[in-house]
Amino acid sequence: MTLLSDVMQTILDMNVWASPLVQVLLGIFVLLIIASIVNGLLKRSKPEKNFSEIGDRIRSWWFMAIVFSIATLIHENISLVFFAFLTYLALKEYFSMVPTRRADRKVLFFAYLSIPIQFLWIYMEWYGMFIIFIPIYMFLFLPIVMVFIGQTKGFLKSIGAIHWGIMLMVFGLSHLAYFLALPEAMNPLAGGAGFIIYLVILTQLNDVSQFLFGKMFGKRKIVPAVSPNKTWAGFLGGIGVTVLLALLLAPLLTPFTWVAAIGSGVLISIFGFIGDVNISALKRDIGIKDSGKALPGHGGILDRIDSLTYTAPLFFHFTNFF
Amino acid sequence: MPRLQKLFFILMVKPILLIVLGINLHHPERLPKDGPAVMIANHNSHMDTPLLMNLFPLSKLPNIRPIAAADYFFKTRWLAWFATNIMNIIPIARRGGKKEKDPLEPLSAALDRGEVLIFFPEGTRGEPEQMTELKSGLAHLIKRHPHVPVYPIFTHGLGKAMPKGDPLIVPFTANIHIGKPLYWQGDREQFMAAASDRFRMLREEGNYGEWE
Repeated sequence: MTLLSDVMQTILDMNVWASPLVQVLLGIFVLLIIASIVNGLLKRSKPEKNFSEIGDRIRSWWFMAIVFSIATLIHENISLVFFAFLTYLALKEYFSMVPTRRADRKVLFFAYLSIPIQFLWIYMEWYGMFIIFIPIYMFLFLPIVMVFIGQTKGFLKSIGAIHWGIMLMVFGLSHLAYFLALPEAMNPLAGGAGFIIYLVILTQLNDVSQFLFGKMFGKRKIVPAVSPNKTWAGFLGGIGVTVLLALLLAPLLTPFTWVAAIGSGVLISIFGFIGDVNISALKRDIGIKDSGKALPGHGGILDRIDSLTYTAPLFFHFTNFF
Repeated sequence: MPRLQKLFFILMVKPILLIVLGINLHHPERLPKDGPAVMIANHNSHMDTPLLMNLFPLSKLPNIRPIAAADYFFKTRWLAWFATNIMNIIPIARRGGKKEKDPLEPLSAALDRGEVLIFFPEGTRGEPEQMTELKSGLAHLIKRHPHVPVYPIFTHGLGKAMPKGDPLIVPFTANIHIGKPLYWQGDREQFMAAASDRFRMLREEGNYGEWE
């Protein structure tokens, strides 16, 4: 009973609700409630149309928002484990998707092993090691394993695919978690978690607004050969919404001036788009539409966090300028 | 021991399938709610059987019966105990066994009780991610039960994650394609050809390259 009353105490405690992180995440849940209501009304007013995909999408958003809130609010170590697990799921989808050789099983095993090691550097707050471990040590180590296995047919293609995967998934996404290891002084208001929530919300809402603006006004395609759904209207609408949100959320979650907030909005919007079409090009090459079925309405985990493979490292280094 | 079986699935099978492997299930709506039914699948890995059993809700587990070779699974006492009590197998004698008893009799009896059989018509686990010719023992069984639906299930990825004879487990997402049910049409060769055809079509859904 004491545990339960402790939890109740924390929930009732005014300080929890005064935290900007909690307020922003509550805002997301308000948005989701509105989306669910609008979807329900649409379904009722137009029963002849099929809204099941949108419904699936919204339900998956609920799931993601709840998991993300738990992962970021409770404790830093929980966040670290969560991001490590997310990285693992993304890498697993990638390796299950790209062609690999029988002989590469051991190489893939070591590639997976890079995840706990990379997150250990974050836990130790060892920035120097965090930033070179994958681009230098894993880069040089994996070919050694492959050489000793001795299968030379398809060597370059295979080592290229594996390196590309751990750079995007492990190196790129682990930047999300390194915000947690930044010194308090970087963001006295909301801490590392503030940066993470800022980045993730902007990246995801950029995706959503690109999708919505594209559906409503989209005509001219940007990269028709890679992703026929991406239009200039969607792209520009995405930039508009993202910059607006970046300005709105910056005082709550970041120490940014308005110039830095606009910069983040533009950066996240443009490179969220690039991260998305980058993975689209990969899927088109392999000949599949979705990277998996983990998130109904969205596809796989990778379909949802593809934009973050670009925005996470770029936004991380962007914050270091300010 | 349905309770022990349930515990094994909750504590071992489900975590491995969800975390180490991951599952993409294609056409789950085609799965039967209840027996009698026969699920036929390609065989790549020891995880195949738990993976297929796990397609059904936990409460149905005692009703799901994998067919397994008696000579392999009754080799040691521990394996025999596990195969009988946890995996709930129906043992059958492979070719070359004593001919005095009808080897398909226990399978027929299970179908009559409304159970779901899991059958690997390729026989043993083959080379990973390669299908071999289907054996026709299946046809003999289905001939006796023309109203029992036969569901072809193509799985891909388990042979990459844990292939025969390699202790190293490497995470790969498993893809499971459930096929539409087949029924006995009166001819053995025709039935086997239809089954092979279904498997080929299911495989093509996935656009899987060769595993070099």
